[in-house]
Amino acid sequence: MNIQDMILTLQKHWSDQGCILMQAYDVEKGAGTMSPYTFLRAIGPEPWNVAYVEPSRRPADGRYGENPNRLYQHHQFQVIMKPSPDNIQELYLDSLKALGIDPLEHDIRFVEDNWENPSLGCAGLGWEVWLDGMEITQFTYFQQVGGLECKPVSVEITYGIERLASYIQEKENVFELEWTNGFTIHDIFYQPEFEHSKYTFETSNVDMLFNLFGVYEKEAKRQMDEGLVHPAYDYVLKCSHVFNLLDARGAISVTERTAYIGRMRNLARQVAKTFYDEREKLGFPILKQKGMADHE
Amino acid sequence: MNKQDILLEIGLEEMPARFVTQSMNQLGEKVSKFLNEQNIEHGDVLLYSTPRRLAVIVKDTVDAQADTNEEAKGPAKKIAQSENGEWSKAAAGFAKGQGMSVDDIYFKEVNGVEYAYVNKFVKGRLTAELLPSLKDIALSLTFGKNMRWGNSDIRYVRPIKWIVALFGTKVIPFEMAGVQSGNETIGHRFLGTTATIVDASSYEETLKQQFVIVDPIKRRHMIVEGLKELEKQNNWVIPIDDALLEEVNNLVEYPTALSGSFSKEFLDLPEEVLITSMKEHQRYFPVKKANGTLLSHFVTVRNGNDHAIDKVARGNEKVLRARLADADFFYKEDQKANIDDLVKKLEKIVYHEKIGTLSEKVARIRRISSALANLTDASEEVKTSTDRAAQICKFDLVTQMVYEFPELQGIMGEKYAHQKGEKEDVAVAVNEHYKPRFAEDTVPSTKTGALVSLADKLDTITACFAVGIIPTGSQDPYALRRQATGIVQTMMDHEWHVPLADVIAAGVKEVLHDSIGEKDASTLKEEIIAFFMLRVKHILQEKGIRYDIIDAVLAKRSGTLKEMEEAASVLMSHKEDEEFKETMEALSRVVNIAKKAEDDQGVDPSFFENEEEKQLYSAYSDLETAWTRAESMSARYELLAGLKRLIEQYFDNTMVMAEDAQVKQNRLALMRRLAMFILEFADVPAIMTK
Repeated sequence: MNIQDMILTLQKHWSDQGCILMQAYDVEKGAGTMSPYTFLRAIGPEPWNVAYVEPSRRPADGRYGENPNRLYQHHQFQVIMKPSPDNIQELYLDSLKALGIDPLEHDIRFVEDNWENPSLGCAGLGWEVWLDGMEITQFTYFQQVGGLECKPVSVEITYGIERLASYIQEKENVFELEWTNGFTIHDIFYQPEFEHSKYTFETSNVDMLFNLFGVYEKEAKRQMDEGLVHPAYDYVLKCSHVFNLLDARGAISVTERTAYIGRMRNLARQVAKTFYDEREKLGFPILKQKGMADHE
Repeated sequence: MNKQDILLEIGLEEMPARFVTQSMNQLGEKVSKFLNEQNIEHGDVLLYSTPRRLAVIVKDTVDAQADTNEEAKGPAKKIAQSENGEWSKAAAGFAKGQGMSVDDIYFKEVNGVEYAYVNKFVKGRLTAELLPSLKDIALSLTFGKNMRWGNSDIRYVRPIKWIVALFGTKVIPFEMAGVQSGNETIGHRFLGTTATIVDASSYEETLKQQFVIVDPIKRRHMIVEGLKELEKQNNWVIPIDDALLEEVNNLVEYPTALSGSFSKEFLDLPEEVLITSMKEHQRYFPVKKANGTLLSHFVTVRNGNDHAIDKVARGNEKVLRARLADADFFYKEDQKANIDDLVKKLEKIVYHEKIGTLSEKVARIRRISSALANLTDASEEVKTSTDRAAQICKFDLVTQMVYEFPELQGIMGEKYAHQKGEKEDVAVAVNEHYKPRFAEDTVPSTKTGALVSLADKLDTITACFAVGIIPTGSQDPYALRRQATGIVQTMMDHEWHVPLADVIAAGVKEVLHDSIGEKDASTLKEEIIAFFMLRVKHILQEKGIRYDIIDAVLAKRSGTLKEMEEAASVLMSHKEDEEFKETMEALSRVVNIAKKAEDDQGVDPSFFENEEEKQLYSAYSDLETAWTRAESMSARYELLAGLKRLIEQYFDNTMVMAEDAQVKQNRLALMRRLAMFILEFADVPAIMTK
C-alpha cells in the first residue's frame, strides 16, 4: 500500500468514526500536537473529533537525506477524540487492520509511554504502540494542556506515517517509500531534506535566531495583551521552531534549555488560559450545538 | 458452615509494566485486611496479574461473619435507676442506643462504683452482603501515576474495562467507573475472546484457553523455559537480567520467546551501545558466547503464540538494524573527530544564560581541580592527568553518539579517549567524573576522577548559588543536593584531610573570578557551607549518628569531614560508658566558663594558689604535645576523657571568678586554652547526657 493510499484509508476510517477531516496547519511545528486543532481544542468542555496529516519538522533529525531512517520533516497522521471513547483501543486496532496489518501475524503491544511536552505545558499518559518491536504510534490520554487540567479527557493518536509505511512496504530506506504511482519520498523530499539539513547544521545564523526568538516572544505577549489568542499562538509556534533550530545547531546547553522551555511554557499557559476564557465568553458554542443535536 | 471462593478481577487497558506486580500485591493485602477486619474466616489468598488485569482469589470463605457478644458500658447505677428501682431516661436511652431494652441491663462494679451494662449479641452479617465493598477496595488502590479518561472523574492507573466479581458462582453486584461487575472476562487481545467464568476454581484454566496465563510466576517460567530452549538449540548463553525479565513478563499475557539476528559488522560497536540498544530501547535479551562475548543475535518475547513467528522475527530484526545502523553512523562520524576540536565546540554551547558557556565551565573545572590537587597533596603525575582530564571531561557531549544516547555520557567519553591515545587514568576520569550518578552509586575510584568530579560538582553548585538558583523544599531542578552529597561522600571515602570550608573556598574563588552573579565572596561561602552542612548532617543521620552528637561535631565548620565523621562515631561508641555523662559535664564546664575569658594574656603559674590548678596546668601542657601526636579521634577522645578527674578536682577547690582580677584572668586563660582543644574535638555542651 503506498503512502497516499494509507492516508486515504486512515482518513476514511476516522471519518467513519465521526472525525472532521482537517488539513495541516500552516505554521512550522515539531509535532501534530502543536497544531491549534489539537493544542487549543483539547482545552475546555467542548467535544472535538478530528483527523489530519501534519508535516512535522524536527531539525535535529535532519541527515542531509543520507540516513535511511531519519528525516528533517516527517509526516504524522493525527487523531483527536474528546471525550475519549470507551472503545478507542479497538477503533485504533481496526485502523491497523484496514491498513492490512493482521494482528495474528504480528506482535502488537501497548508499552507505557508518558508523553510530555514541557514547552507547551502538556502532559499525558498512554503508550507507544509497538508493531514487532517498532514504535508506530503514540497513544495518549491528555491530562493537562497549556497547564490546564483536561476535562473531559481527549485521546490523541499519532501515527508515524513513514515508519508505518516502511513496515507495510517492506522497505529499508525511507527514501524508497512509494508515495503514489511511482513517486517516491526521494522524488518529492530529497532536495529539501538536504538543503534544510545544511541550513540547520551549517548555514543558519545563530545570532539572528536568538534575536528572532526574542522578537517572536515579544510579539506573542503583545497579542496576548490584545486578547488575540490565535495570532499569539502562531508566534509561540514560531518561538518553538526557532528554539529547535538553535538546539539542533548545538547552541543551547542542557541547563539553558530549561530556561528557554520555561519561557515558552509561560506563553503557552497564557494562550491556553485566554482561549478557555474566550470560549467561555462565547458560551462554549460546540457544547451547545451538540446538546441541541442530542435533543432532536 | 458453608465455604466458597471469592474472585475479583479488574480488567484494564494495558498497565505500565512497572506497576503490575506491586498493584497485584496491594490488591491482595487490602482484600485480606478487609476480610480480617470484618471477621470473615477464609483460606488462602491467591494473586494474579497480567498487563490487562489484576485479580485475587480468596479460597474457602465462610458465608457469614462470626457472631459476637459485646459488653457495653452505660451510666452509673445511681443515674440509671432511682432509689425505688425505676429506670431513668438515661438508662432507657442507653439501652435503646444499643438496640436492647432496660430489661437487659445488669450492674457491675468498676473501681467501687456500680455501672449499668448490657450484653449485646451481634449476629454476623452474610458475607454476600458485605462483598460489594470490594468496589471500595478496588478504588482505593494507589499507583505511582494515575490518569483520568473520557468524562470520568475517577483517577486510576489506566481505564477500567471490565470487572469479574464472584462469590461461589454468584456475581457480587457493584459498579465502578461506569462498569458493572459480572462473570465475563476478556481473553488475549488477538488470540482470545470473551469468556464466562463459572467460579474461582476455573478462573486460571478458562483464561488459559483464551491465551492468557494469569499466574505471573507460571508466565515467567514459560519465558525462562523459552530462553533455555533457545540456549540449548543454538549453543548460546542468554544472561537473564532480573529487572528485564520482570518487565518483559509484565508486557505479555501469553509469552513466546523468539530470536533474531543482526549483521556481524555491528559487533564492532562498543558493547555498551549494543546492549543499550537491545535492552533499554527494545527490551531484547542480548545473546553471548560461553566466553562472554556478544553474538550477533537477540531474543525477544512476543505477546502471543508461535503463529507466523518468522514474520515477527523479521520485523524485529528490521527495527534493530535501523537502530544499529544509526549508532554505527554516529560511531564512525565521532571517530573522525579530534578531541581538542570537540572541546573547542563547547565554546558555542551555553551552559546557562547567567553562568556562561560549557567552555567557560570547563576552564573553571580545570582551575578548581588544580586547586584541589594542591590542597590534597597530589603527586605531579596526578596533577598532570587531572589537568588533562578536566580539560576534556565534557568533550563527548558534542559527539553524535551521546547526543543520540544521552545515558552513555562519560562512557563514550572514556572509550573515545582511549582510542585517541589519552592516558589510562585520564580516560577513566572522563567517565568517573560523573560519579556518583545516582543515590546508591559508588564514588570515583581514582584520585584523578575524584578531583575532576569534585571540581565539576563544586562549580555547578557554586555558580548556581551565585546566580540565585538555590534548592528550596521539593524544588531542586539542577539536583544540587545530590551533587553536594556526592562531594561529601567522595571526600569521606577518599579520606581527604582537607577542611570542607577550604574546598568550598576554592570553588567560590573561581566562580567569582568569572564575574558570575552579584554576591560577595563571604556571603556566597556562608550560604554554600550552610547548604553542605545540611547534606553532611543528612549523611551522618543515615549512618545512625544521634542528632545532638551530629550538631556537636558539625559546630566547628573548619574541620575536615573525616574528622567530623570520626569524632561522631567515637562519641557514639562511648555514649553508653559509665563515666560518659560526668566526662561530658566536666568538659562542658570548662567550655562554658571559658566564654567569659577575654583576650588570652597567657597563663602564669606564679599566680596559682592551689595544687589542683598546678596539676591541671601540667596536664594541659602535656596535652599540647600529645594532641598533635594523636593520630585518631579516638586517641584525642581518650586524652580529653583523661582530664575528667583533674577538672572535677579543680572546680571543687578553685573559684575561677576570683575577686583578685589577675588571679581571675589567669584562671580564665587556662580554661580558654583547654576549651580550644575540647572544641576542636566537638561542641561538647551540645551533647545531651541523661
